[in-house]
Amino acid sequence: MEEIHAPLSDQAALAESQRCLYCYDAPCIHACPTGIDVPTFIKKIATGEVASAAKTILTANILGASCARVCPTEVLCEGACVLGHDHEPIPIGLLQRHATDFVTAHGISVLKRPTEKSGFRVAIIGGGPAGLGCAAELAQLGHHAVIFEKESNAGGLNTRGVAYYKMKPRVSLDEVRLVESLGVEIQTGVNVGEDLTGEELLSEYDAVFVAIGLGSESHLGIASEYGPGVRSALDFIRDIHEMPLEEVEIGKSVLVIGGGNTAIDAVSQAKRLGAPSATLAYRRKEVDMSAYTFEVALARAAECRMVFEAKPVEVVRDVEGNLAGVKFIHSSSGKEWIEPCDQLLLAIGQPKQDSLLKKLFPALEIDARGCVTTDPLTGRTSLPKIFSGGDCANGGKEVVNAVGEGKKAAMEIHRMLTGKPATPTKQSSRQGITRPPSGAGLWNPIRPPNH
Amino acid sequence: MADLSVTFAGIRSPNPFWLASGPPTNTAYQAHRAFEAGWGGIVWKTIGDPTPNVASRYSALRLGNKRMVGFNNIELISDRSPETNFRELKEIKHRWPDRALIASLMTDTREHWHDLIRRGEDAGVDGFELNFGCPHGMCERGMGSAVGQNPDVAEKITSWVMEVASKPVIVKLTPNITDITQAARAAKRGGANAISLINTIRSITQVNLDNFVPEPYVDGASTHGGYCGPAVKPIALNMVQNCAQDSEFGLPISGIGGISNWRDAAEFLALGATTIQVCTAVMHHGFRIVEDMIDGLSAYLDSKSMESPRELVGRAVPSLRKWEDLNLNFKRVARIDHDTCIGCNLCHIACEDGAHQCIDLLDPETTGIGYGPGRMLGKAAPVVREEDCVGCNLCSLVCPVDGCVSMVEIPSKEAPMSWSQYQSRLSKGDIAPIPAHP
Repeated sequence: MEEIHAPLSDQAALAESQRCLYCYDAPCIHACPTGIDVPTFIKKIATGEVASAAKTILTANILGASCARVCPTEVLCEGACVLGHDHEPIPIGLLQRHATDFVTAHGISVLKRPTEKSGFRVAIIGGGPAGLGCAAELAQLGHHAVIFEKESNAGGLNTRGVAYYKMKPRVSLDEVRLVESLGVEIQTGVNVGEDLTGEELLSEYDAVFVAIGLGSESHLGIASEYGPGVRSALDFIRDIHEMPLEEVEIGKSVLVIGGGNTAIDAVSQAKRLGAPSATLAYRRKEVDMSAYTFEVALARAAECRMVFEAKPVEVVRDVEGNLAGVKFIHSSSGKEWIEPCDQLLLAIGQPKQDSLLKKLFPALEIDARGCVTTDPLTGRTSLPKIFSGGDCANGGKEVVNAVGEGKKAAMEIHRMLTGKPATPTKQSSRQGITRPPSGAGLWNPIRPPNH
Repeated sequence: MADLSVTFAGIRSPNPFWLASGPPTNTAYQAHRAFEAGWGGIVWKTIGDPTPNVASRYSALRLGNKRMVGFNNIELISDRSPETNFRELKEIKHRWPDRALIASLMTDTREHWHDLIRRGEDAGVDGFELNFGCPHGMCERGMGSAVGQNPDVAEKITSWVMEVASKPVIVKLTPNITDITQAARAAKRGGANAISLINTIRSITQVNLDNFVPEPYVDGASTHGGYCGPAVKPIALNMVQNCAQDSEFGLPISGIGGISNWRDAAEFLALGATTIQVCTAVMHHGFRIVEDMIDGLSAYLDSKSMESPRELVGRAVPSLRKWEDLNLNFKRVARIDHDTCIGCNLCHIACEDGAHQCIDLLDPETTGIGYGPGRMLGKAAPVVREEDCVGCNLCSLVCPVDGCVSMVEIPSKEAPMSWSQYQSRLSKGDIAPIPAHP
């Protein structure tokens, strides 16, 4: 299965980059949660300095290559592009991919390892986007960062939770190697809470960054739910990443329950991998879906069926216990019906990690949603040496938000340890509106209108 | 509907659009295609002693996605024999009697000039253009711009030509000279009937940063080429206007230099040209571009209720004055239409770093400006501080949205006063010195 968007050719990248107006204090920078200086990197592509463009990107966002693929650019940088309202916005995501792929393909190192080490050691729990973002920034600031990752590979959902047609795991694994090349130590297969306690980390390290993400399974809580044929959509997507595609179990009639982007990924993947029928059932109306509109359109284009206002009441099984379908009740009409299926994928959200968090750091303040209470500008938690970011703190946002939060926490950890502010990547300043003076997109991302 | 036909120094042409002497006018085949496309006249590629050429010959300036914004060449005059050229001229004139057919000539001695003129007249051409402008190769052999840069020599050769020519003679001027009117006057003194300008400008378009040889590349070396194309239009317009305004000159002018469409052509006419000549735009896009030129000029003349291009010729010439005669009390300021502003802030940064620091970025909410079509919520908007605006135009030039930044005239309480009037009043003690800008 190929990535859905073909990469730009050199010629197309040149033509598109030359279309950029090179806005001053550009809206795309403000819309990027890592504050990438988009006009600057695009200008560099236009002048043939592709490696230098990648440096601009990766300095602001170490996961620039995966964000170029998985970011919902339509509601971020491209949604903010001033050319978008009556013409085509610049394809910022594709240009970012062009630049980051270039340095990966040619093995060019654009980021420098600092020569002076601070001697400070920071433990990072979780090797997903937030952890990698934090570790990369800490390493570049001269600190020793150690990531504890429970899986066999770091990268988190980027490595095993993104639809294959959007991004191959290779991209994420290349990024993990990039982070390691900065001097970050990654210990895989370490389950903090079992192999190591929170107390041990706090005593051995100068600071701890908690980036454990969300759990993998939620349940419907209806009759006959537990049994063959039913699994989480994230596990299904993970199989696609980790197994030969022909070995991934795909039903003849796949039913996905959920209305978010993971549900859309799962139903599209199932159809694209050959399921004769793939249906998405969502308990509310289409307008209430949290999936992006363009993602829904993509699934429709792949001939996925969708039913709405479908409240699941019972999983239907045959006498042998095999999955036969799901009984729904229509929320407006009250009508009941059975959607037949032989594979049911649940994409009804990832559970919060409050129990694991309490086990790790009993005194850590958890909010009503089950997330770590943090200051969004610094990643500080209720405990002085502990910082947090990513899904376990924000409840589940984009990869780019996680990277930005990791980076901000790294800067704050640096300030705490050294007493000196970490100078953020220089970004355009803004005038007239009272907001932080630099890195506007990093500190205070603005969402483009209409979303 | 306007009648586009013109008479230029006695040469009749169904429209003012001619092809300039160059690669597109090298053969009868091309001339035939050009006339089929609708061109009113052709100036044949310069005939003289056939000369070998080199490879490569052309190079160009590229600006972003626009290729051939400027173009240069090191190709010389026709590499075909005068016999072949005159035979084909005769065929073409026979086939297209209503079009203007001009032979461009370049040679050295008086005898040779006489010979070429006689053969041209025998071929039935409508006129001659003397190539005193080619700035590469031929000038090293004492011809082309070597002639045009020396008014006495240009006058002398023109007078040789006039001894035998019965058809109108146009002298083509080189821009590689300090005062173009000196060259125009020399042509007139020599007896020429008209001038055409500009020929190409000596140039280097680009340097290859790997082998350090500029383009066009010829076996590890290059040479200075003649520059033309859209980028040279402002220089050409200036020189055409200089000649049109020169009271001692007064002959018809054929305008050349960066013309690619009817608007360019109309500007040359407005600054004093009667016909215009095109080369680079045809080398880029082919003869077909003349259709837009004909339709566009015709529609434009209709919209201005002009019946002929003659009514347009020279219309803008008198408004060109010396700087010292411009009104110091005229005030204009930039005004930004926030309903069309897309929020690129290019006006702000241009003014801030490159002009007079009078465009602020302000909060669209507290200022009540609100949001335009593409601007993001919470993002500052550019606002002109009119009291500090000097009316320089820069913001309106960089703005990517047509009509978004307009330059608005501010009625002045002061009567018009030019620099020369100011100096005279100042010396009489009638007026206090204008204070220096803070």
